Amino acid sequence: MVTGIIGRKVGMTQVFLPDGTVVPATVIKAGPCVVVQAKTKQTDGYEAVQLGLVDATPSKENKATTGHFKKAGVPPTRIRREMTVKAGGDLPKAGDQILVDIFKAGEKVDVIATSRGKGFQGVVKRHGFAGGAATHGSMFHRAPGSIGASSFPSRVVKGMRAAGRMGADRVTTHNLRIVSVDAGNHLLVLRGAVPGAPNGVVIVRHALKPKKDPQPQVEKKKGKK
Amino acid sequence: MKAVDILEKAQLMERPTMRSGDTVRVHVKVREGDKERIQMYEGIVIGQHRGGASATFTVRKMSFGQGVERIFPLHSPTIAKIDVLRGAQVRRAKLYFLRDLRGKAARMKETRRTA
Repeated sequence: MVTGIIGRKVGMTQVFLPDGTVVPATVIKAGPCVVVQAKTKQTDGYEAVQLGLVDATPSKENKATTGHFKKAGVPPTRIRREMTVKAGGDLPKAGDQILVDIFKAGEKVDVIATSRGKGFQGVVKRHGFAGGAATHGSMFHRAPGSIGASSFPSRVVKGMRAAGRMGADRVTTHNLRIVSVDAGNHLLVLRGAVPGAPNGVVIVRHALKPKKDPQPQVEKKKGKK
Repeated sequence: MKAVDILEKAQLMERPTMRSGDTVRVHVKVREGDKERIQMYEGIVIGQHRGGASATFTVRKMSFGQGVERIFPLHSPTIAKIDVLRGAQVRRAKLYFLRDLRGKAARMKETRRTA
């Protein structure tokens, strides 16, 4: 059983529940995906699959990669990611289709994507430093402050947080609830936000550490006074 | 059609066309324990915020001399019905100036609109 699927972020909207509650939702066009390569214990030492995201336009590949797809008997795909395989169910073979129906509404998923790039940012935005007072004669506003002492250690320790390029990192958002699955249109609706910009490539997988939804506290019935 | 539209279109409810200045009666479903009843909320639409399934509108009324504004999601399933009672001649989309007016000054010229 393949544990996840490749998709593209479409955008955000909101969904009404029957009781009128509004749920913030991210729409993901997940799949259709094909198994380009099935990795097995004998040949690769571990079990996994290489999935390819089937786009509307077929990709042009060089001869070497074309052979890779030919072996699986699938059309060339631009975006390929490796996905782990869970025990149980039949083992996926090269050429298999993986669709969004591997997920059900109400399940928890993790979403992995590349976050939006923020450019060169200072320590206040990048690392959440507090900064100084804006007024009252303060001459210390958004600077990082001391980065190392004078005589000891007489250098800046490695890993000191500083200003620099922010964003465009691989980010995993854990435990998003699936609001609904539209298998016909290959759509997945998740509660909450997903890293990255619209049209960005995302990996959706079954949550590694699923967390239960908070349950509403049931009011205890009061006895008649 | 974009994928977000597919999702939003399923949620859109049939609602009457409203304009700022209209007097409307909103039938709101209220849950009390296991029972559900309809509550009316009547007032003037002082603004609308468009946006597909997330569209909202603001209704202002005077309740015991106190101004009350309520923002409704237009396509919320808790709204059973919206009645448009009257239209008014207004010259702007957002009638926030009504907040500073009281009594006679807050009256507006009625218009008959062909529905």
